[in-house]
Amino acid sequence: MAEHYKPNKYKAWELTLEERFQEVYPAFSAREAVLEANRCLYCHDAPCMVACPTSIDIPTFIRKIATGNTKGSARTILESNLMGATCARVCPVDVLCEGDCVLTADHKPIAIGRLQRYATDYASEKGIRFFKAGEPNGKKVAVVGAGPAGLSCAGELAKAGFEVTVYEKKKWSGGLSTYGIVVFREPVEVSLAEVKMIEDLGVTFKNNIEVGKDLSFDQLIEEHDAVFLAIGLGNVPEMEVPGEQLTGVLDGLEFVAETKTESLDSIKHGQRICVIGAGNTAIDCATIARRLGAERVTMIYRRSEAEMPAYHFEYEFALKEGVSFMFLTQPVEILSNDKGEVDGLKCIRMDLGKPDSSGRRSPVPVSDSEFVVPCDMVIKAIGQNKPSAVLAMLAPFGVEQVKGYLKVDDGNRTSHEKIFAGGDCVRSHGEASTVMAVQDGKIAAASIARQLLGADKPLAEAVSKR
Amino acid sequence: MPDLSIDFCGIKSPNPFWLASAPPANSAYQIQKAFEQGWGGAVWKTIGAPVLNVCNRYGTIDYKGSKIIGLNNVELISDRPIDLNLREMAEVKRNFPHHAVIASIMVESKKEAWQEIIKRTEETGIDGFELNFGCPHGMSERGMGSAMGQVPEYTAMVTEWVMAVATKPVIVKLTPNVTDIVLPARAALKGGASALSLINTINSVMGVDLDTFELQPNVGGKGGHGGYAGPAVKPIALHLLSAVAADPEILKSRLPISGMGGVETWRDAVEFMLLGATSVQVCTAVMHWGFRIVEDMIEGMSNWMEEKGFETCNDFIGKSLPRVSSFGDFDLGFQSVARINHDKCIQCNLCYIACNDAAHQCIDLKELKITDEVKERAWPVVREEDCVGCDLCSRVCPVDDCITMVEIDTGRPHTTWNELVKAKPEVLEWDKMEAYRKTANIHIH
Repeated sequence: MAEHYKPNKYKAWELTLEERFQEVYPAFSAREAVLEANRCLYCHDAPCMVACPTSIDIPTFIRKIATGNTKGSARTILESNLMGATCARVCPVDVLCEGDCVLTADHKPIAIGRLQRYATDYASEKGIRFFKAGEPNGKKVAVVGAGPAGLSCAGELAKAGFEVTVYEKKKWSGGLSTYGIVVFREPVEVSLAEVKMIEDLGVTFKNNIEVGKDLSFDQLIEEHDAVFLAIGLGNVPEMEVPGEQLTGVLDGLEFVAETKTESLDSIKHGQRICVIGAGNTAIDCATIARRLGAERVTMIYRRSEAEMPAYHFEYEFALKEGVSFMFLTQPVEILSNDKGEVDGLKCIRMDLGKPDSSGRRSPVPVSDSEFVVPCDMVIKAIGQNKPSAVLAMLAPFGVEQVKGYLKVDDGNRTSHEKIFAGGDCVRSHGEASTVMAVQDGKIAAASIARQLLGADKPLAEAVSKR
Repeated sequence: MPDLSIDFCGIKSPNPFWLASAPPANSAYQIQKAFEQGWGGAVWKTIGAPVLNVCNRYGTIDYKGSKIIGLNNVELISDRPIDLNLREMAEVKRNFPHHAVIASIMVESKKEAWQEIIKRTEETGIDGFELNFGCPHGMSERGMGSAMGQVPEYTAMVTEWVMAVATKPVIVKLTPNVTDIVLPARAALKGGASALSLINTINSVMGVDLDTFELQPNVGGKGGHGGYAGPAVKPIALHLLSAVAADPEILKSRLPISGMGGVETWRDAVEFMLLGATSVQVCTAVMHWGFRIVEDMIEGMSNWMEEKGFETCNDFIGKSLPRVSSFGDFDLGFQSVARINHDKCIQCNLCYIACNDAAHQCIDLKELKITDEVKERAWPVVREEDCVGCDLCSRVCPVDDCITMVEIDTGRPHTTWNELVKAKPEVLEWDKMEAYRKTANIHIH
């Protein structure tokens, strides 16, 4: 992936703010796409397809690009993954499809992600609709949360004839695709177009409604034949250090959301920014800050490079964007000046000790090693809160949990017969990703169809063949 | 440094690379530019009967992103006045006395017309003639070009007319648009030709536009057959060359042959020469990339000759001809089987699906546990006892030297079909054939 990367010119003054927030990887031209598609060997029983959590028939969709059947290519993709346009942009292809491409060994893998983007963008630009609502089957399903898992489930159910209502607490649907993926990875329009596609399948969207607050779970369960919970996770947790309430301290996800929903020139940012954490969201925050114009962006992480949770290509991306890293460093206090503004981050150096429960070597503070990193803004990106409030509300219904996440079976059903769940809120182990969420939605839709319609066919078939 | 110069029935050329009679050899300007860049000779674009051209004149086949693997044209012979062409021939010959300049000729089927133009052209000092009996479009409809080349009697007759007056060597250019090219080749020999050249272009329609339904090339909404050339026709050219070059009558006559049809690189040129061509002619590759490609052709061939220990072109011209055979003389006892090198295999499994769907179902996908990978995929494995040795798997394999066809000894008698049916004519009955197969240890799968 890295080789397609066109570095942002840091001569930032040569680019407008809008230009700096264009998609990092330019779209393939028609000729580029066909040439790249023609490189594909069209493997039998292709490993890329096995590596894709949603089992997209990758050799087939690539062959269709090569033959000039781009419309058919998009259909092949969307049949397996309704969020194909988002996944084309945000999937960690290095560790999934492209990572397993047979050409990787002595050559370079096919640019599967960019080809998928080419095909899905084609269909989107032409306004092609491949699927329609199924013959109404009289069953009603509520989906809570309009992120990738919710949308995927809603879409598959609508194709199978269910009456689906999606409840979303935010103004816009799309979840992290809309609010959480940096704009130069996925423009907000791409996510909203996917929402529109689901809406066109007859799915009703009720935005600005938070289930559990504006609408009770009792009522929801009462009024629907099944409920699919795709509520995601919460805000960035507290670091529990002094100074965390200062005004220059931001929640990383909110910072990303701002760049997706507000005009870029209205976003206030510091010039010397510390980003706490080393996951993909932390990288997003750091690179956005650079592109907004921050002079110095430092990522602070208490473990070492080897333990950082961000994808390797994201780490490389941040390095190329001029982000600096301070590993084995733990924040202990956020300092402020007389006016109550952030003016420094007090940190302590760490050493790696014995492996902890996660198998990673746990960081141990080095005594008397405190130092201050001067800064005027601190962005926290140290993960997301678990869905504890919702779990508490659902406990009376018998919905069980595992490590603070919703507990589901192989068919994504919770311990309550009518309640299903998927996406990040069930990801008690393994890596949370958009494509896994999409697959969760498909699995749940299939389970719901089987449960409510008694279809004995493998559900995935029942839902996606329409 | 090997010597690349050739003597083609008396026509001397510093190397075997000639421009074919075609648009790149249309004028003194072009040919002199080509000679300066290294081309050894040129067959001037055909002069003769008056013509009017149309547009568009070309159609092409592109394949998987590569442009022009095949080119077709409906351009006619030179539309420049004969006097101008003759003046320019004289000029080129004056400026490049050691290069081969050959005039291609085509006029109507009249003895006087042919003899008059031959005489006039000889005055320019050119080194020889090529009789265009092959142009398949435009001229053929007027009774010229391939219309002459497709009738051996005409070929012999016109060749005789020309030989009666020509003092320079005469090459007869053959059309591939015939059932058996050996017949017009022998006719040219009978007419007294000094040499042969082949192939001219092949009748073709290049394509149909899916939006406008027009043919390609598209001449104002209409299209028709044109002459097909370029890399895609090379196998056809090699076949026709080998058929002519290995023909006993042609072999005995020792007529030199100028080979063409899809020559693009020095490698192609070597192949044509191994099958008996003394010089090679190039058109499409020059139309695609210009004259400059000749530098690599000369250097590539020279390096190859050095590597192989050949000092002159004559050391390898025709070297593969003794291997030209026919089905009835192939060894039925020869058995090869496919071997897959799993160190090189990338597990695309194209060999598996090709064998399974399109051949003899003798490659299996097996769990071999060759590597330490957790999610190791199945590997293609040949069941050698069932492998018929068809070679399809190694042809589809995208990795060099991963699948090789290995000769094995089956203890089977080494006989040919011709020998077999002579010795045991009864095998032409199916039950006898089955019985023979059993005794000869020939299994089918």
